[in-house]
Amino acid sequence: MKYDLLLRALLLSVPLVMIGCGQDEGESNSNNPPEATKSASNAEGIIVDVSDDNAQFIPVLSYRTGPYAPNGMPVANGFTEYLKVINARDGGINGVKISFEECETGYATARSIECYERLKNKGPTGAAVFNPMSTGATFAITEKAPVDKIPLITMGYGRSESRNGGVFPWNFPIYGTYWTAADVLITHLGNINGGLDNLKGKKIALVYHDSPFGKEPIPLLEKRASMHDFELSKLPVTHPGVEQKSTWIKIRKEQPDYVLLWGWGVMNSTAIKEATGVRYPRDQIYGIWWAGAEPDVRPAAADAVGYQAVSMISSGQAQVHKDILSYLYDAGLGSGEREGVGEVLYNVGLLNAALVVESIRKAQSKYGEKPLTGEQVRWGIENLNITEQNIQDLGLAGYMYPVNLSCSDHEGKRAARLHRWNGESWEYSTDWISGDDAVLQPMVKSASDTYAKEAGLDTTACDS
Amino acid sequence: MFYREAGQFKTSYKADQAVFPIFQDKVFVAIWLLIGFVVIPMLANEYVFRAIFIPVIIMALAAIGLNLLVGYCGQVSLGSGAFMAVGAYAAYNFMIRIPDLNPLICFLLGGLSATVVGVIFGIPSLRIKGFYLAVATLALQFFTDWTFSRIDWFTNYTPSGSIAVQPVAVWGFVFDSPIRKYLLCLTVLVIFTIIAKNLVRGRIGRAWMATRDMDVAAEIIGIRPIFAKLSAFAVSSFFIGVAGALWAFVHLGSWEPLAFDINLSFSILFMVIIGGLGSIVGGMLGAAFITLLPLFLNQLPIWLGINMSTAMVSHLEYMIFGALIIFFLAVEPLGLARIWQITKEKLRLWPFPH
Repeated sequence: MKYDLLLRALLLSVPLVMIGCGQDEGESNSNNPPEATKSASNAEGIIVDVSDDNAQFIPVLSYRTGPYAPNGMPVANGFTEYLKVINARDGGINGVKISFEECETGYATARSIECYERLKNKGPTGAAVFNPMSTGATFAITEKAPVDKIPLITMGYGRSESRNGGVFPWNFPIYGTYWTAADVLITHLGNINGGLDNLKGKKIALVYHDSPFGKEPIPLLEKRASMHDFELSKLPVTHPGVEQKSTWIKIRKEQPDYVLLWGWGVMNSTAIKEATGVRYPRDQIYGIWWAGAEPDVRPAAADAVGYQAVSMISSGQAQVHKDILSYLYDAGLGSGEREGVGEVLYNVGLLNAALVVESIRKAQSKYGEKPLTGEQVRWGIENLNITEQNIQDLGLAGYMYPVNLSCSDHEGKRAARLHRWNGESWEYSTDWISGDDAVLQPMVKSASDTYAKEAGLDTTACDS
Repeated sequence: MFYREAGQFKTSYKADQAVFPIFQDKVFVAIWLLIGFVVIPMLANEYVFRAIFIPVIIMALAAIGLNLLVGYCGQVSLGSGAFMAVGAYAAYNFMIRIPDLNPLICFLLGGLSATVVGVIFGIPSLRIKGFYLAVATLALQFFTDWTFSRIDWFTNYTPSGSIAVQPVAVWGFVFDSPIRKYLLCLTVLVIFTIIAKNLVRGRIGRAWMATRDMDVAAEIIGIRPIFAKLSAFAVSSFFIGVAGALWAFVHLGSWEPLAFDINLSFSILFMVIIGGLGSIVGGMLGAAFITLLPLFLNQLPIWLGINMSTAMVSHLEYMIFGALIIFFLAVEPLGLARIWQITKEKLRLWPFPH
C-alpha cells in the first residue's frame, strides 16, 4: 500500500516527461517560432510515413547518444536530410517518395542487430539497403544480409575484402576500404620521403580503436612493413578511447616518425590532446577518414593545427546544400544546426545517402518506377555508373565522385586526398593519391577466398 | 481459489519431494511448456524470435547459471561475461580445429572449458569473500578481454579479430531459420533448468545454501567449503559457458571480444538481483526484464505516435530503465521471483481474503 502513491506518481510522470521532452526537441530545432507553425504543412510530402504503400523505405542506423555521438550525429543528419531534400526538391526518386526510419544503435553491435531486425521488413517492399555505420555491425550483418536478400553499402568502412563481389555479392564498400586508405597513407609517406624505399628503418606507430574497425588496416600495414622494411608498432586503445595516457607516453618514449590514427568518436580528440601533452608534432600524425572531421579537432583547438587525415570528402557546400538550407532549414525541418550543414561528417552522410538514392534510381531503370525490394536494389548498386554529368545534375559537383561498379569491383575507387586542419577548417593538402592495386588485389583475393572456404560458399566467378 | 492445495495429500516421500508438489504448479508448468513449444512458434514473427525470444532464452540460461553461484552459494561474481566469452571462443576453436565434430558437443566442450577456467578463478573464493571476491572475478573479465583480442590463435588469426560462424548444423539439420534457432535454445534451456532445479534440491544445492548462509557453521556440520564453493563455480561457469556459446553461434553469428565485455557481466548480475537471488524462475524473469524493457521503452513512443528524435528516445530509455530498477528494488528487494510467489499466495485465498 505504501508504495501505491509512488507507483502512480511514476506512471504518471512517464508520459509527462515524454511529452515535455518532445516539445523541447521541437522548439530547439526551429530557430524562429513563426516558421515552426508553418512546418506542419510543409512537412507533408517531405517526411513520408513508413506505412505509405507507394514509398521506398530506407532504414537508417544511427547513433546520436554515447561516446560516438559527436561523430554519429552529423553523419545521421547529412544522411536523412539528403533523403528529405530529394522528397522536397525532386518529389522523390522519379516520383517514388522516400520514407525512412531511424534506429539508435549507440555504435553497439548487439543493438545494431536488433535495429536491423526491427527495420528490415518495414515499408511496402522491406528495407532497400542497409548502411550499418559501424564496422563491427557490418561484420555481424554481413552474415544475415544474404539470407534476407538486402544489400549493404559500407562507404569507407566494413570488411576490406568485401570489394570482391564474387564472394560478397551483398556488400558494397564504395569509395574505399581501410586497406585502400592505409595504402594511400603509406604511399603518401613514401612520396614525402622521396620514394617508398626511403621508408626503410622508419618507425610508424598505429594507434587504433581496439575493435574490428581499428584492426582492419593491420594486415595491409604489416605487408607494407615487410615490403619496405619499416618498423610498425601497434598501439591499441580500448573502447571508448578516453584513456590513452599510457599509449602516448609510449609514443613519447619510442618517438616514431609517423603516427597513424585509426579512431572514432571521442577517441580522436583525446588522441590529439594527448599528442599535445607529450609534444608529439601534430603534422606527423595522420588520421583515417573517420578521424578527420570537425568534432575531432575542435576540442583541441589550436593544438590540432597541422594534423592531416585521409579524406573521403572534405567540408564545404555544393548546390545541394543550398537546397537543403532553403527547403528544410528555412521551413524549420532541419535536424541539426544550420552551421553543421557542410561539415566533413555531414558531407559523408550526404554522400552515403546520394549513393543509396542513385542505386535505387539505377535499379528503377530496370525494374520500374515503384518501391523496390532489396534484391532489386542490389542489382542497381552493382551496375551503378555515376558520371561527372550525373553529379552536376544532382547539384553535388565536387562533392561526389564518378564511380563505376561491377561484380569484381564493389569498391569503385582506390584513390583519396589528404586534408589538413588549419585551425578553422579542413582543406585539401595533397592531390589524389592512388593505392597500389598490385598490393591490394592479391590480399583481397586471398582473404575473400579464405572467407568463402570457411563459410562453405560457392564463389560465383565474375563475368566482367 | 485457483491455487489451493487443500485435498492434495502427500502419502509418500516421493510425493513430498517432488519438484512441483502441488497439482496447480504442474498444470502451470505444462501450460508454459505448451506455450513455449507450440503456441509461440505458431504466432511469433521473425523480429519477435530474433530480437526477443532468442536473446531472452540465452540470457535466462546465463542468469540461472550465475544465480547458482551468487544466489545459492553466496559467491559474488562479476565474471559472467568472461565465462560466456570462454564458452564461445572455446566452442569456436573446437569446431574449427576438430572437423566434423557435432556442434552441440562443441557447445558442451565450450561449457567445460568455462568450467575449468571457473574452477581456477574460483580458488581465490576459498580465502576472500564478498566484495573482494567480486573484484577478483573482475580480474578474470579483463584477463579474457585481453586474451581474446590479443592472442590471435583463439580467433584463428582473423585479421580484424572478428569471428563469423555458419548456422549450427546437427546431422545435416541446419538451425538457420529463427524458429529452429528458437526451439534449439528453448530445448537447451529446459534441459539445463531441470538440471539446475534438481541440483539445488539435492545434496550439492543444500551444501551451497549452507555455505551461503554461514560458511563457518556449514564447515562445522561437515560441509567441505572447498567442495561447495568450487562445485558452485564449476556448475555455474558451465551453464554460463554454454550460454556464451549459444549467444555467439545462435544469436550473434559473428562477434568480436567487445560482445562479451564488462557490461554483459553487469547486466547478467542485474538480471539475477532483479529476478530474485536464489530462485530458478527469478533468473528467467530477470533476463526477460533486463533484455526486454529497454527494447519496449525504445519503441513505445513510436507505438504511441509521439514524434521525437531517436536521441531523446534513448536518453529517456536510460532514465526510465534506471528509475524502474530502483523502483522495483525499493518495492521488492527480493526480486521478481518474490512478486511471483506473493501472487501465488494471494491466489490461494482469492476471492475470499481474510
